[in-house]
Amino acid sequence: MTATSDKRRMSALRNRWDAMPKQVRWAGLIALVLFLYILPNKWFYEYLGFPIGSEYFAFYTTRSDFAAVLFDTAVFVLLAVGLNVVVGFAGLLDLGYFGFYAVGAYTVALLTSPESRFGTNWPWLAAVPVAILVAMVSGVILGGPTLRLRGDYLAIVTLGFAEMIRLYAARNEGILQGQRGIPAVPHPPGTGSDGKPLFGVVDSKPYYWLILTVIIVIIFAMRNLANSRVGRAWVAIREDEDAAEIMGVPTFKFKLWAFAIGAAVGGLSGALFAGKQTFINSDSFLLENSILVLAAVILGGAGNIKGAIVGGAITWYLPEWLRGIGGLIGVDFDAAEYRILVFGLVVIVMMIFRPQGLVPNRRRAAEFADRRKEVVPQETVPNE
Amino acid sequence: MNFHDLFANFPALTITGLEQGAIYALVALGYTLVYGVLRLINFAHSEVFMVGTFTALWTWEALGYDQNSPAPAFGPLILAILAGLAVAMLASAATAVTVELVAYRPLRRRNAPPLAFLITAIGASFVLSESFGIGTARAPFGMPVLIPSETVFTVFGAAVTNLQLLILGVTLIMMIGLDQFVNRSRLGRGIRAVAQDADTAALMGVNKNRVILLVFVLGGLMAGVAALLWNVRYGYTKFNVGFLIGLKAFSAAVLGGIGNLRGALLGGLLLGVVENYAAGLFGGDWKDFTGFVLLIVLLMFRPTGLLGESLGRARA
Repeated sequence: MTATSDKRRMSALRNRWDAMPKQVRWAGLIALVLFLYILPNKWFYEYLGFPIGSEYFAFYTTRSDFAAVLFDTAVFVLLAVGLNVVVGFAGLLDLGYFGFYAVGAYTVALLTSPESRFGTNWPWLAAVPVAILVAMVSGVILGGPTLRLRGDYLAIVTLGFAEMIRLYAARNEGILQGQRGIPAVPHPPGTGSDGKPLFGVVDSKPYYWLILTVIIVIIFAMRNLANSRVGRAWVAIREDEDAAEIMGVPTFKFKLWAFAIGAAVGGLSGALFAGKQTFINSDSFLLENSILVLAAVILGGAGNIKGAIVGGAITWYLPEWLRGIGGLIGVDFDAAEYRILVFGLVVIVMMIFRPQGLVPNRRRAAEFADRRKEVVPQETVPNE
Repeated sequence: MNFHDLFANFPALTITGLEQGAIYALVALGYTLVYGVLRLINFAHSEVFMVGTFTALWTWEALGYDQNSPAPAFGPLILAILAGLAVAMLASAATAVTVELVAYRPLRRRNAPPLAFLITAIGASFVLSESFGIGTARAPFGMPVLIPSETVFTVFGAAVTNLQLLILGVTLIMMIGLDQFVNRSRLGRGIRAVAQDADTAALMGVNKNRVILLVFVLGGLMAGVAALLWNVRYGYTKFNVGFLIGLKAFSAAVLGGIGNLRGALLGGLLLGVVENYAAGLFGGDWKDFTGFVLLIVLLMFRPTGLLGESLGRARA
């Protein structure tokens, strides 16, 4: 009962938002974006009247550098937005999304670092497009043979891909330099007003602003993509692949596109990560992160970009924030330790009770409701 | 490329490969059975195996064996092995059934799309492995050495140990037993009927949900046997021990033809052997890659596997 009224209230809120004049919605969005940009600044909290020291009541994470947490969250949101294309739009299950992230990060590291065996010493900015391209190509190589078959083989192949990349990186001493990793990856270019490099080691804020900007650009691109011919083809494939094929949608081609675009976004976030971290080794690409990204997309609502953003923020930011709150009241509770367990449970429960996610895509929610309705007559007939 | 190593150690690599492949095959049976009936990759099956390794270890600890205790005499040894086997099989089967009842059955009742099943499966897998990971502080655990490895005879200069014979023997027995069960018994006919056409089978009076439960039980039992053999042979376990085994076992199942019981055995043994040859040829770094590359190549050229995929068509 409460669940239904809750749902109704949420959709009422959404309806009201959608019914507002366009100018109001734009103003709201711009205010939100501005808020996100000033979020890591200390003066912002002083201005709001939070004395420094109690600011964590609001958004601060006390146990770790707030701007660094925001950066990690933003990387996560970018990954969720990318995976959303594969899982949400096209309905394909990619369990090794972090593999593409690793490909992107390693490509940048290999091309730019003076310590790498390649010795190319490219600037960071030049390596980014190459990283995106390499990730995309690896997506095509992986998707080519598997996407022709049933979708569920894709799940296991991608899962294997991500883990194999990590294992190989951990053991291969030649190119990827094993556990030692690749150090001295250069930062993004740019000089601040004080003559120092804009992107330094200590301050994470510029990186956060950079990735926030990238996310905004990507979101616009994704929105247009979702409303284009390609996006409609993805929806058709997701709802009924056979029907789509019969209606003349080249399903294999569009599935491969979804997979490649998702991989490219994964590679891009890996490149951004490498530029901030300056050091890459196999420990940065644990498999459970792939699962966390998937949990983020499912939790937020697959097929909806807003949902992916909400999910990404919840899965990464919330445990850090809770850790800060726990430290404040004297409980040394590392929420990140239980993260995978909790999100695993959440995913199981969500699939049963709210498969469309917290901020669902309407069309997808309708698909789930439809399927659920289809089974009702079968169950009621024997009882009559 | 180290052809010299490969040829010099060819018999030894083959025997090690068969032994490892036997364990893959036993785990692969669980994937194949569930896939044959439900068309679902049961990701949680690797964790079913992991639960088996831990429960067998705990049984031995309860019986008073630890890593330093000397190898027991024949009588207590048989008792320890059988107790470990029974507990591992029961625990694995119980885990598999729990996953089916808690996670998959509610989805079937709601007619959820296949994607929802896969996501649930991966969620269940991580819940299981993480709860063991948190409970065991993510530490590896050593096992008591119950059966010290002894060379029984040599073939072409390669030593064959008592453990290797045990593993291959037990695997073959379980395999034949399962094959006979599915192909000859009344319950087995039910499994084949549901695999062939679930709706028609239901109309003919087959209780679909009971068959599905049975399939999970059988897969769990086989994983329990595999877990015991793993414990005896490799002597350690960890919360994520199931992951690689599961991945390879699934590759083995696809290699032999998913949904095909005999294919799982063939695929498992083949994968184990090929993997060891690759390790000899390219070096140990590449060993875990081989199964994966083999899977992709196979999906390109013969997606139905070597023996073809069919649980339902096995024998009508």
